[in-house]
Amino acid sequence: MCRLAAITSNEYFSPIENIAALETMKEGHDGSGMGLVLKTLGGEFEELKDHPILSGICSKNGLHTLDEYMNKLGFKLKYAWTPRTKPVKGIVPRDYYFARVYDYPDVYKDRPLEEKEDLLLKTRLALRKLGETDESIIVFSFYPDILTLKEVGDPLELCEFFGLEKSPLKAKIILAQGRQNTNYAINLYACHPFFIQGYGSMTNGENTAFVPIREFLMSRGFPGYLGYNSDSEVFCHILHYTCKKLGYPLTYYKDVITPLKQSEIDKRTDSEVARLLKVSLRPLCIDGPNCVIAFTPDGTCFMVQDAKKLRPGAVGGVKGKYGLMSEECGLDSVVPARDKSQDIFPMKFDMVIIKPGAEEVTVWNQLHG
Amino acid sequence: MEPASRLDHNHELSIKDFPYIVRWRDDRCKRCGRCTAVCPMLSIEPAVVVKRVVQSEGLTPEPKAVRYTTTMVKQTTNIERYCIGCGTCTLVCPNEAIEPEYNPRHKFNFHKNKGGHPYRRGGRRNDPMPSTLDRLRFTRISMLTDPALDAGRHEFRIRTYLGRILPAEELPVIMVNGKLEVDKTSGKFIPPVREIYPVMIGSMSIGALSPTMWEGLAMGITYLNEVEGMPVVMCSGEGGMPHRLLKSRFLKYFIPQIASGYFGWDEIVRALPHMIEDPCAIEIKYGQGAKPGDGGLLMAHKVLKLISEIRGVPMGVDLPSPPTHQTQYSIEESVAKMIQSMSMAWGFRVPVYPKISGTRTAKAVLNNLVRNPYAAGLSIDGEDGGTGAAYNVSMDTMGHPIASNIRDCYHDLVAQGKQNELPLIASGGIGKKGNLAANAAALFMLGASAVSIGKYIMQAAAGCFGDEMNRCNVCNLGKCPRGITTQDPKLYRRLDPDVVAERVVEVYKSLDIELKKIFAPMGRSTELPIGMSDGIGTDDHAIAERLHISYVC
Repeated sequence: MCRLAAITSNEYFSPIENIAALETMKEGHDGSGMGLVLKTLGGEFEELKDHPILSGICSKNGLHTLDEYMNKLGFKLKYAWTPRTKPVKGIVPRDYYFARVYDYPDVYKDRPLEEKEDLLLKTRLALRKLGETDESIIVFSFYPDILTLKEVGDPLELCEFFGLEKSPLKAKIILAQGRQNTNYAINLYACHPFFIQGYGSMTNGENTAFVPIREFLMSRGFPGYLGYNSDSEVFCHILHYTCKKLGYPLTYYKDVITPLKQSEIDKRTDSEVARLLKVSLRPLCIDGPNCVIAFTPDGTCFMVQDAKKLRPGAVGGVKGKYGLMSEECGLDSVVPARDKSQDIFPMKFDMVIIKPGAEEVTVWNQLHG
Repeated sequence: MEPASRLDHNHELSIKDFPYIVRWRDDRCKRCGRCTAVCPMLSIEPAVVVKRVVQSEGLTPEPKAVRYTTTMVKQTTNIERYCIGCGTCTLVCPNEAIEPEYNPRHKFNFHKNKGGHPYRRGGRRNDPMPSTLDRLRFTRISMLTDPALDAGRHEFRIRTYLGRILPAEELPVIMVNGKLEVDKTSGKFIPPVREIYPVMIGSMSIGALSPTMWEGLAMGITYLNEVEGMPVVMCSGEGGMPHRLLKSRFLKYFIPQIASGYFGWDEIVRALPHMIEDPCAIEIKYGQGAKPGDGGLLMAHKVLKLISEIRGVPMGVDLPSPPTHQTQYSIEESVAKMIQSMSMAWGFRVPVYPKISGTRTAKAVLNNLVRNPYAAGLSIDGEDGGTGAAYNVSMDTMGHPIASNIRDCYHDLVAQGKQNELPLIASGGIGKKGNLAANAAALFMLGASAVSIGKYIMQAAAGCFGDEMNRCNVCNLGKCPRGITTQDPKLYRRLDPDVVAERVVEVYKSLDIELKKIFAPMGRSTELPIGMSDGIGTDDHAIAERLHISYVC
């Protein structure tokens, strides 16, 4: 089972906190990879919030191709960040890990966000395609105020490898996932957390309804719904589809992935809509076992479970800092000075939502709508 | 001198030309006559023969030939009265003295065309080999990485939708105070959608079925709905429905079918103002898997009083439905006229879908329906489907297997992103080998939203003798020895509708458990695993490749 450690805070913090939390949850071999998605960046990125950041890995040749392509599109490199890697036994270093901050092409500068988002998505997908066959370019995200770092190896060793201990890299929301050893054919595109146009998610568990969900998403006609090297990537895309494409409020994400029985729907004040959604979005129903931790563009973080099999998941913290972890010991590591009796272990109907800035935690119950 | 033809019987058939040879045991038979009385084909008859026996009665052997006259049960070689192997004789025999035995070397098909009339029969395609569906296995088992569910303890939702489903993008919803509401001012038509059990009872008419059989099925599904909470629905078949049922609250469990003969629809239309419930749906029959290209056929001897009343026709006349709806000249017109007018008849509150026979051109029909906002689904009937009457050549050689037909159509919908908008209903050979749950589950995973059964429920609920070795299969003659497909009161009184209803309930309850036993280890319980093709595999490479599923060995 993958380990999940998400932290949302009203102050900048280092991803080391997430990795330390992952470490407390470690059981057995855990070297299939680690992924970090940082949102609301601090440090050297604090002044660059409106500029898209391209995160990924490339070879020397890949970097040349990448630069050429970005230049052709009119993106101007504004700032390039790269971790100060150091050799760590067991980790095979790649040529160039990067987070490159760009200026939009001139013609896009005054365009609405929607158009910019489409441009960023298409660019990321084109780069992915350019480097897919020889793995010369791997890109994880291309979006303002989002940085993604992924590599194969034990999370703690990767922390050392990337030199995160001494790095000023900080953010207010960080999702971290350590992959367990069920993934023997390791592909970095299969590594959580996943990100698309402001929405990020990570999941533990296996998705038994993966194929119909994948087919449904891929047939939406939206270019970003592809990849699916991991069966968990669909959770991120369902979130994007529900909230961004359909424009539904966040809580309906729960209704989409784990629809209620008709007798339960009948008791909801919005029963008419809930039934329509259940029918129209039937192929997006998951069957678990899954615990999903995610954030939305406004900085809301949440945790939901599948309806039956329930992977472990706990939310706790203090006002201004909350952890969303796959195990409670992760919370002890991140927010030790909290009232443990207030920790939340979401069950089948719950959606634990933490408002932007870690202001407040609420539990939305699906039965009550 | 006797003519040679009388002596050598040269133009007669021999018993070995027949598909079933009646094994009668002289030593066990007590000459009660039950077998000959009950034989639906009059294939066996009492006969008087002279026997010659060599016997010895004294203390020392003194063999001598004795001739005596005795009775026996004799099988006829008249092909019009061929033994159909139904085994009703065995059923009634008190001494196990008689039994038909299949003759694999028969030449029946060479001779069953007397008077230039090709062989007509009921039943399904005579192919006893396992179908593609029976070659599929459920190979994705949840264990450690994904805990299996408990079929006996967890809650399963084995339901599906019948009706046109709007894509989420087109739903008339608006946000009010952070919640979604249906926008009543939008004027957007939301097509009716029924939540039903995904295994339906397919179209078998009153007429094709006896009154007792149809009543048994109807009672069975009503019990399932009202007592067991299982929304099983049943299609009427062509030929209308009893008046009382049309005006009852139970109509919602039925799908009246309109076919090319429009039989029974005068009565249905007349009953419209008196209906207190809408039917579940309306099925428009364009084709049937067992006899593609043929319309329905009810032979004159089955058109008795009840049938003539329901169908609004005179008694004792053949009722052939045309191969196609005569008022239509193109699929566009079919869709426009039939689906929309049927929808309109019930105020657009009832889903209306067509049924076609399995065919390579199914995708063309599908794509037309996809573009019609009133089409509520597409039912495809594969070549292994059954019928009450058809030409043998149609049944055995025409049509398309259901598995690849459904798979292709599902893939076509996926390519258009409409896999959840137009439900596909699969039928034809489901449960042919008795594996109802497995066949149904496999079809769901290939892309069907629901399946329909006909022959299986006749076999399971009423003990239909018919099989793929051409056993019985005289549904067309009205001589059904079980009383299932006959209008002869002497025969249909044999069938107790209460027993049929009880069996329908038993079949569905056990089916439900078996489906759970399939879905539980695969980790699926919340929604029907439609299109979950990673769950199935087959040991046949060609099938795997054709259906885009895994090859396992």
